[in-house]
Amino acid sequence: MSYLAITNVRKSFGGTLAVDNVSLQVPRGEFFALLGPSGCGKTTLLRMIAGFETPDSGTIAIDGEVMNAVPPHLRPTNMVFQSYAIFPHLNVFDNIAYGLRKLKLPKDALRAKVEAMLATVRLEGLGGRAADQLSGGQRQRVALARALVREPKILLLDEPLGALDKRLREAMQLELRAIQRKVGITFMLVTHDQEEALSLSDRVAVMEGGRILQVASPRTLYERPESRAVADFIGEINFFHATVKSMAGETATVNAGVLGIITLPFANLAPGIKPDDHILLAIRPEHVRFSSQGVAGEIVTSTFLGERSHFHIRIPGRGETVAVSGAAPPTGALHLVFPPENLFALPVT
Amino acid sequence: MKSRSLSAYAFAYLAFLYVPVLVLPVFSFNDSQFIAFPLSGFTTRWYAGLAADTAMLHALGNSLKVGLITSLLSTLLGLTAAKAVTHYRLRGTGPALAFISLPLFIPDIVLGISLLLLLGAVGLPLSLAAVVMGHLLVCVPFALTVLIARFEGFDKNLEEASADLGENGWMTFWRVTFPLMLPGITASLLLTFITSFDEFLVAYFLSGTEATLPIYIWGQLRFPERLPMVLALGAIILTVSVALVVLAEYVRNLGVKKPMVGA
Repeated sequence: MSYLAITNVRKSFGGTLAVDNVSLQVPRGEFFALLGPSGCGKTTLLRMIAGFETPDSGTIAIDGEVMNAVPPHLRPTNMVFQSYAIFPHLNVFDNIAYGLRKLKLPKDALRAKVEAMLATVRLEGLGGRAADQLSGGQRQRVALARALVREPKILLLDEPLGALDKRLREAMQLELRAIQRKVGITFMLVTHDQEEALSLSDRVAVMEGGRILQVASPRTLYERPESRAVADFIGEINFFHATVKSMAGETATVNAGVLGIITLPFANLAPGIKPDDHILLAIRPEHVRFSSQGVAGEIVTSTFLGERSHFHIRIPGRGETVAVSGAAPPTGALHLVFPPENLFALPVT
Repeated sequence: MKSRSLSAYAFAYLAFLYVPVLVLPVFSFNDSQFIAFPLSGFTTRWYAGLAADTAMLHALGNSLKVGLITSLLSTLLGLTAAKAVTHYRLRGTGPALAFISLPLFIPDIVLGISLLLLLGAVGLPLSLAAVVMGHLLVCVPFALTVLIARFEGFDKNLEEASADLGENGWMTFWRVTFPLMLPGITASLLLTFITSFDEFLVAYFLSGTEATLPIYIWGQLRFPERLPMVLALGAIILTVSVALVVLAEYVRNLGVKKPMVGA
């Protein structure tokens, strides 16, 4: 049985549907991410798990217990707020100890517990520091420690790294992942940053317009997105309109216009594609190869990025350019090759 | 040239504001019944006389009572209203705030007369309780203004964080909301107390036989020989009022920090 089970949850605010019939299962100990643009309903879903919002319909269960009627202060969840919400009138120690009052620990045990948590988030010796004397990264750690020290069944993180600068964010990503492995608590991360979701999580749910488009491992999302929206949202991608001509055995033959007739392995077709369907063929920029033969093209722009370069190539019969990423092409006439094993077929809508 | 005339103007203006006020303490130490220059010597006997004046002490007691109750009640009312206004999007917030603040713009004499008529109409006696009610009308807008300003800098996430960390609404109020609001609450208490303590017109109409301090002072002005004592009393009230207002401002700004958002 799944540890967190969200079943047919719906929530609207004044006529606007924020979360539309979402179902989701998360096993214990997983690092799970809700990824989507702002306004896609991911934060609302997170706040419903925490208990700050109530679903209009559907159920949220944690460890087998339905949570719908349980107020936030009695739920086995803790949250790292986007603004961190560090109590400004308390120092670091008291912020972390805030949620331990009900345990009625003896003073020594309380101190030991908070000190251990300070060490986990690498804030040793800063217990006496006032809240307004902390840097952004330190505040983030205090917010994390304050939530983790309660040993929640699920830790909820609302854009926890959004307020940090790029370098600190990258360092904290690594650390967050390490802390999650160490404490073994189920993490539920909300983010609009696809890189963050992909690099941190075991699995990612891509959301748009209140719905979940796809739930999969970061690798699957990148390599085998099931819809145009997911493919578009995760990384850069080229689309070609095509028609399925026939499907036989382990392969499908498609007419891809400028790319010609292509035979694809079955595994590269999104579920539900039938013969005669109008489809999109998708390929990542790093999978398009330069060659001495193939589809003729010319470079429109070329950007040097260090270990590789990024190009926009115009090919005849196509309005949009093709994005290609890789080593610089040989001089002379330029041709592109689209390896069938890296092309995958998606429904048009 | 320009800056010199400007500072002369500023100096004259400040003199105009404060010289009359300074006359009070100066003559309260003057050893003469008559309020006239030249000064005729230093004395503290007017102050000593005050301490022995039981009618004055009784009026002072009344004023303290009214001021204390008014400040507590208006701050409590202001606190709940300010929280409602700043925490929830409620229908009719704008008009409600405007109506609450309206008594600030109604002349006190009109307020006093209308309350007097109202009390008569419903058959309630004139009393210190009636004065408290009148003062609430005047003081709640002050309390509300101070407290709304304080609540507006308050991160709503802090209360959610407290709930998230296992505290119910009541404990959240005591552990988070109240400590963070304390400077605002203190400022509101001081301001409303001063407002009530100094208020004359409404109290004059509603107090009946129980005089408050301003009413007592007004009564004393009929007796020329008691004028220096009134000046001494005025000097004391002035000093305490200024001290309280300064304290209120100091406390209000205490711990006003940038909102706790991000890095």
